[in-house]
Amino acid sequence: MLEPGRPKPKPTPETKHFWDGTKQGKLLLQRCGDTGKVYFPPRPFSPYTGTRNVSVVEASGKAKLYSYVIHHRPVPGFTPPYAIAVVELEEGPRLMTNIIDCPQTPEALVLDMPLEVAFTPMDDDITLPLFRPAKGG
Amino acid sequence: MLGRGEIAIVGAAESTQIGAVPGMSQIMLHADAALNAMAECGLKPSDIDGVACVGPMMPQQIAHYLGITPTWIDGTGVGGCSFMIHVRHAAAAIHAGYANTILITHGESGKSRINATARPPEPEGLNGQFEMPYGPFGPPTLFPIPVLRYMKTYGVTHEDLAQVSVVTREWAGKNPRAMFRDPITIDDVLNSRMIAYPFRILQCCLVTDGGGALILTRADRAKDFPTKPVYILGTGESVETNMVSQMADFTSSRAFKVAGPTAIKAAGIKHNDVDHLMIYDAFAHLPMYGLEDLGFVKPGEAKDFINEGNTRPGGKLPLNTNGGGLSYTHTGMYGMFALQESVRQMRGTAPAQVPGAKISVCHGVGGMFSASGTIVFSNEKP
Repeated sequence: MLEPGRPKPKPTPETKHFWDGTKQGKLLLQRCGDTGKVYFPPRPFSPYTGTRNVSVVEASGKAKLYSYVIHHRPVPGFTPPYAIAVVELEEGPRLMTNIIDCPQTPEALVLDMPLEVAFTPMDDDITLPLFRPAKGG
Repeated sequence: MLGRGEIAIVGAAESTQIGAVPGMSQIMLHADAALNAMAECGLKPSDIDGVACVGPMMPQQIAHYLGITPTWIDGTGVGGCSFMIHVRHAAAAIHAGYANTILITHGESGKSRINATARPPEPEGLNGQFEMPYGPFGPPTLFPIPVLRYMKTYGVTHEDLAQVSVVTREWAGKNPRAMFRDPITIDDVLNSRMIAYPFRILQCCLVTDGGGALILTRADRAKDFPTKPVYILGTGESVETNMVSQMADFTSSRAFKVAGPTAIKAAGIKHNDVDHLMIYDAFAHLPMYGLEDLGFVKPGEAKDFINEGNTRPGGKLPLNTNGGGLSYTHTGMYGMFALQESVRQMRGTAPAQVPGAKISVCHGVGGMFSASGTIVFSNEKP
């Protein structure tokens, strides 16, 4: 479980589907109807062409570790050292997250290592899409 | 079209003190620098008809505090490069006839926090929803996010990144106003306190108090002022994203790649015409990204360029000659201080003066690679 004190996201009308999805164990992205490209963060139009013809698609949850820092100072809700990571989803978009079930060290956190999503509740309202080393990866 | 050298800087000054200034609030740091800049070029507030400073509701505060009735204002606030963008907008405004004599001010009580700008959390914003829940806590945890990918892509080592801090400190050693002046080694950097791996304290900028101000007017009026005019040859600006996690390329800044080349092209210069370079160094990787994205070296070549001594005192491209955000000062929005150093170099008054320098490029970053502004200066009218 997550330590208390972590900043809690507050969904807006344009992002509600994403946060509803994580609560149900789904990582929901959106696809541009013109180009077929998948994008993040959520918005009800395509950042590629401006079309409002977009659809919600469920991501596989597979990702690779793209980049990170390991923070060494205390922050409410976190025990240092902890990694603040960016992962690249199999579908293309990148997102910020934390890596769990893994030592928070440069030796353990190897760029491009395969990861899988780990839906982790903050409370009854919000579930965060964290990531862990992929099984068998 | 704005002509090369049509607009000049005739006033430029920092606050009387920088570093720890517990005796001044943030607005007085603006005013102190503005008064210094007006004094050096013989102007009074009633001579100023344009005001630019960072942030919502700020131009009216600064104009009223100083007693100015402007016909043009700009509150562009996109982080530490806002001042480069103010210079660009001010030049265009003077060209358009919206104002004749424009004052750009900065003041920030970054260290003492007297009347400092509050940054309340925004849990509904995209940063609040998609970055803040994962534990970033200010620029030291966000700005270096792309660094490991950059290192892997180009084979950049921790020693290469440490060298940036070493060279910058060498410049600071020549500047009596720099906060940190003692020489440091690569080992010193790599043994300093870890902040957010891969960066240690000596790879992160200072946090200080200070202010700065610039006064711009038409170059044909510049002869009426006692100061040596510094001409604006070219300018550029851009933004990318307020979320570092969403940068299109972690090895390069799209905003840099628009602003920098736009300014250099407008100036009508080639890279090897540049005698002096400022690249806003909030963290140690920024000079590397700047050298590459502005086209001074090819992607991945900045480490060798720096290691070979090209940016050091005596090198062919002196870089961050005031000691930079890493060793000189960094109030929170350092761009004003980079501009001040470019002006000093063009006037021939810098503490670490580059002999015979005629062209200076000053490149700023705002937010975490989220915005950029670039100015090309010369002390010769084209």
